[in-house]
Amino acid sequence: MAEEAGMFVIRQTVGSILCCKCGVPMQPNAANMCVKCLRSEVDITEGLQKHVIIRHCPECDSYLHHSNTWIKAQLESKELLTYCLGKLHFRGVRMVHAEFVWTEPHSKRIKIRVRVQKEVLHGAILEQTYVVEYVQQESMCESCSRIQANPDQWVASVQVRQHVSHRRTFFYLEQLILKHDAAVRAIKIKQMDQGIDFFFANRSHGVKFVEFVGKVAPVRSRHDKQLVSHDPKSNNYNYKYTFSVEISPICREDLICLPPKVAVSLGNLGPLVICTKVTNSIALLDPLTLRQCYLDADQYWRASFKSLLTSRQLVEYIVLDVEIISPDVNIGGSRYALAEAQVARLSDFGKNDTIFFIKTHLGHILKPGDQALGYDLYGTNSNDIELDKYKGLVLPEAILIKKSYEEKRQRKHGKPRSWKLKSLSMEVDDSRGRNDQEKMNKEYEEFLRDLEENPELRFNVSLYRNKEYQPSEMASMTDGEDVPSVPLEELLADLDISDMEDGDDYNMSE
Amino acid sequence: MATRLMFENSCEVGVFSKLTNAYCLVAIGGSESFYSTFEAELADVIPVVKTSIGGTRIIGRLCAGNKNGLLLPHTTTDQELQHLRNSLPDNVVVQRIEERLSALGNCIACNDHVALTHTDLDRETEEMIADVLGVEVFRQTIAGNILVGSYCTLSNRGGLVHPHTSIEDLDELSTLLQVPLVAGTVNRGSEVIAAGMTVNDWTAFCGSDTTATELSVIESVFKLREAQPSAIVEEMRKSLIDSYV
Repeated sequence: MAEEAGMFVIRQTVGSILCCKCGVPMQPNAANMCVKCLRSEVDITEGLQKHVIIRHCPECDSYLHHSNTWIKAQLESKELLTYCLGKLHFRGVRMVHAEFVWTEPHSKRIKIRVRVQKEVLHGAILEQTYVVEYVQQESMCESCSRIQANPDQWVASVQVRQHVSHRRTFFYLEQLILKHDAAVRAIKIKQMDQGIDFFFANRSHGVKFVEFVGKVAPVRSRHDKQLVSHDPKSNNYNYKYTFSVEISPICREDLICLPPKVAVSLGNLGPLVICTKVTNSIALLDPLTLRQCYLDADQYWRASFKSLLTSRQLVEYIVLDVEIISPDVNIGGSRYALAEAQVARLSDFGKNDTIFFIKTHLGHILKPGDQALGYDLYGTNSNDIELDKYKGLVLPEAILIKKSYEEKRQRKHGKPRSWKLKSLSMEVDDSRGRNDQEKMNKEYEEFLRDLEENPELRFNVSLYRNKEYQPSEMASMTDGEDVPSVPLEELLADLDISDMEDGDDYNMSE
Repeated sequence: MATRLMFENSCEVGVFSKLTNAYCLVAIGGSESFYSTFEAELADVIPVVKTSIGGTRIIGRLCAGNKNGLLLPHTTTDQELQHLRNSLPDNVVVQRIEERLSALGNCIACNDHVALTHTDLDRETEEMIADVLGVEVFRQTIAGNILVGSYCTLSNRGGLVHPHTSIEDLDELSTLLQVPLVAGTVNRGSEVIAAGMTVNDWTAFCGSDTTATELSVIESVFKLREAQPSAIVEEMRKSLIDSYV
């Protein structure tokens, strides 16, 4: 400062003195002793812990923090360093640095090199490093030992059921659960006839899961509990809880004949309607008037009707002529156009001249010559109670549901898709035989096609890029309308870290 | 030769004693060993006087003196003054001075020719120092410390100063004092030099914590190895004879 002010300042050269102990020349310091002598004189790590015993759970790779909290930490991780340093007490010294010293992972030893500082002998600050050795003592944490003792130790089970002949809903539900990580707490997942059972170690986990399902599907649920044991002295009761969750049997693309009361309450909708979408409410579309209504879970379960025809009963038609009678309308996010069409059943085609003149809501995508899937009301012999309640109702001969891409798809048959889905690890009852497995595979394939055809359906599903897929040049050369497929931008890169030993996969969205 | 000793388990022997070429003052202690160490070394050359100053034992820090005189702070009692006048040789002027900074030993560092003083001493005190001690007076600091009496010890043959003294300061001080100086420590690294040791032209007394290295520095800078009371006389006589011849 004095120099900046332009004052004359005498330069000060630091002289050297002899170390008071060993006599080597050195710069004067607070202790007037060279560093080596100072080190030999004082050991600032004296009295600090150099051996610590820590408890480690080999099952879940966690460490005992306090009396009963366990911290999950990987070797050489930040969390483990924090945990290990927390075990040390630095009395009077300041810790300035700490790092891991590599040890064999199975040596059950963790070594940390710690650097500490302390003021010694008239204000000289001495820095010293030392190694702390942690000995892992293996002992299982409470939850792991519980699972070890009896892996079936569930407290709450959630039984999700849908009483329909296919599993499509559960394929979709599985994807929703994966996307939202809703079943991470489940200790066991079991695939059952007409549903899935989820087992949880805690009642609250079960309740949370039931709430999740209630948000994505129209369900009704009830819960029961069973007394397992009780201790009247300390007033402890030990229950097993069972949640029964029933998903409404109405699925997308089902044809429904609304009961008169429901039809009236929805403003004389239908009574023949198509279910276009199922979330926690059911979207119903009248294909003849293009009116759409929503029915929430409460409203549905009050009436609890069934579908007249389900997607398994779809019949293939060939479209002979289409005449649009109203412009495109946007209902609930999807386009429809009312049209009059001449259709014939594919099975009749070329055998007889049975042609139906029908109204359809698919005027915007159907062209003469296309194939479409629809319900054959002309040929079916329905014995639906609701249908019988309507006197003098004229049924249309056919109701088209969707365009069929079957012909084009056959060309692509056998080629892998550019995307894939993850799946929950479920236990399967093997008692039902091979037939069932084949049926399920077929249904799964149908579900995948559904996903391809409906961007709306994909909205809540995480699709992952299939690494084995190589796009062929043939596909790009095909002319005209192509089979709907999932655009590449929608896919997620599946990040799998193969050299991680525990096999945890992390998904990283692009 | 330098001697290592303790005053009642304290190594700060410079606090409890005052050594000059003409006399030695020693504090009155519980044990006789401190006094007898001085006595054994000095008895047949200069008087060793047991005294207190202002009723305290820290006499080394309270008084300043050389072979010509002794300056005492205003806290000195008449009795003590009288005792000192009686005990010291007649040619030593004993003078009590009215100085606000009463720890004269901390404020004044002197040999028989030059004195370094605290920068805030009175002008009267400065004159008194020059008169009584027969020295040139310089107001100085040592390594930024104004208590020059604490941080250096001087004899007519050398001087030991605070270890942090820069080379430039050492040059300046030794030019003023006309003796070689060295930066060093006593009592195993203590920088309060005058508290840890007391020295005259042929002997030194250091605290018993002083290491061999420190002792060798002290002996070499104060030239104590060849020094004997008689050796000085010899040397002087040689030069006298030289000039005579």
